[in-house]
Amino acid sequence: MTQPPEWQRTPLYARHVALGARMVEFGGWEMPVQYRGILHEHQAVRSAAGLFDISHMGEFEVSGRDALAFLQLVMTQDIAAIGVGQSNYALLCRADGGIVDDTFVYHLPGRYLVVVNAANIAGDFAWMQQHSAGFDVTLTDVSATMGMLALQGPQAEAILGEIGGDAALPFHGVAEAHVFGDLPVLIARTGYTGEDGFEIFCATAELERLWDGLLAAGATAGLQPCGLGARDSLRFEACLALYGHEITTATDPYMARLGWVGKLGKGEFIGRAALQQIKAAGASRRLVGFEMIERGIARAEYEIRQVGGAAIGIVTSGMPSPTLGKNLGMGYVPLEFSSEGSEFDVIVRERPVRARVVKMPFYKPKYKK
Amino acid sequence: MAFNTPQELQYARSHEWIRIEGETATIGITDYAQDALGDVVYIDLPEVGTSRDAEAIFGAVESVKAASDLYMPVAGEVIEVNEALIDNPEMINSDPYGAGWMIRIKVAQGVGALLSAEAYAAFVEEIQH
Repeated sequence: MTQPPEWQRTPLYARHVALGARMVEFGGWEMPVQYRGILHEHQAVRSAAGLFDISHMGEFEVSGRDALAFLQLVMTQDIAAIGVGQSNYALLCRADGGIVDDTFVYHLPGRYLVVVNAANIAGDFAWMQQHSAGFDVTLTDVSATMGMLALQGPQAEAILGEIGGDAALPFHGVAEAHVFGDLPVLIARTGYTGEDGFEIFCATAELERLWDGLLAAGATAGLQPCGLGARDSLRFEACLALYGHEITTATDPYMARLGWVGKLGKGEFIGRAALQQIKAAGASRRLVGFEMIERGIARAEYEIRQVGGAAIGIVTSGMPSPTLGKNLGMGYVPLEFSSEGSEFDVIVRERPVRARVVKMPFYKPKYKK
Repeated sequence: MAFNTPQELQYARSHEWIRIEGETATIGITDYAQDALGDVVYIDLPEVGTSRDAEAIFGAVESVKAASDLYMPVAGEVIEVNEALIDNPEMINSDPYGAGWMIRIKVAQGVGALLSAEAYAAFVEEIQH
């Protein structure tokens, strides 16, 4: 297909093409959506391990005397509770409580690393810079020089051990390390698949060596290169939010079931007053997980209607779940339709197809804690 | 990548193939289309007895990732659908020109502009680059 030249490519572009990947545009990047097939790759991560190039993700370094105070202002999460060598999920919110982006904040000796969504790099950086006035803080976008791989699945720990990485990291732990004896990396026990696994950061110049070395080390354990297709189906089963789908500037943390990331008691932060109000009033709409009980597959943007009635909501993500063998979806509906067992119709190609609210997550994450 | 485009079939730019045999015709999707979709996990087929214009939607195929509409290469009335695909949609990937056939139709008057195997292969070559 004809590709506009402005699409960005990660340093592993040639590797992906050589492995036979199908390349697609995602967030302004030309990325592999699949190699052998989404189902095969999904299964590999649930039963063995998968390796994902996620170098399109953005990384900001935050340092300086006021680094913590600054992050406490822009993030809803309590950053003070993230000790050195730890990390956590955090949201950037607007003053009205709308979500600017979801991020991961890693606390390293003397600095923080904030990982943001590829499509939001410029917007997040501008947002953070704009709110850094008056703080003794250095905010640097290191996205262009930092590569990122995700090694995910029950065999991830063994494979990381093969290349000399610290596989004893606790859940959400992060540490500087060397792999292959001399390759400096940052290893974190984090991910986006609902499995145990690691995210590994290294200089873009070293990324091919890290990718090749990991694939070689993991070959006997069944390590499979995985594209964004499996990344999406895996995160979907674990009900992990995808920016632009479950969360946007028009959604607040409470309706998205991310209230646990809004630490109202930690002190002032951007969006706190609005979130306090929303929490007190109670969300009027809520993200739900549902199963299609008639034949059909829900997809993002499909309309949700009251059974035989009016439009009440919208699907944010939907697909056939490879692990559970059911057609599942997530979407926003009014509170009165959000309890387990509630039924509504999803409009599939102009036809109402019955769905029933089920427990989230669909797939219980198998993290090593 | 070279895709299979059997010589004896005709093709639509929307990636369906059609085998016209007198007044009836069999329709499915091409090797290129099944490869582009990835693992097919679901299909919606039309009801027998319904008629459609050329280029009208007759159904949909879905992979884990996305849904894609299916289009009539020519106008006609559906006289048979491949029910076996409902439980085994993966046959669309494994045998797109054989067991993966989708519908049989009674061809209406006036078959429109279809592509030959050569023209379709050239079209696929063009959209890939």
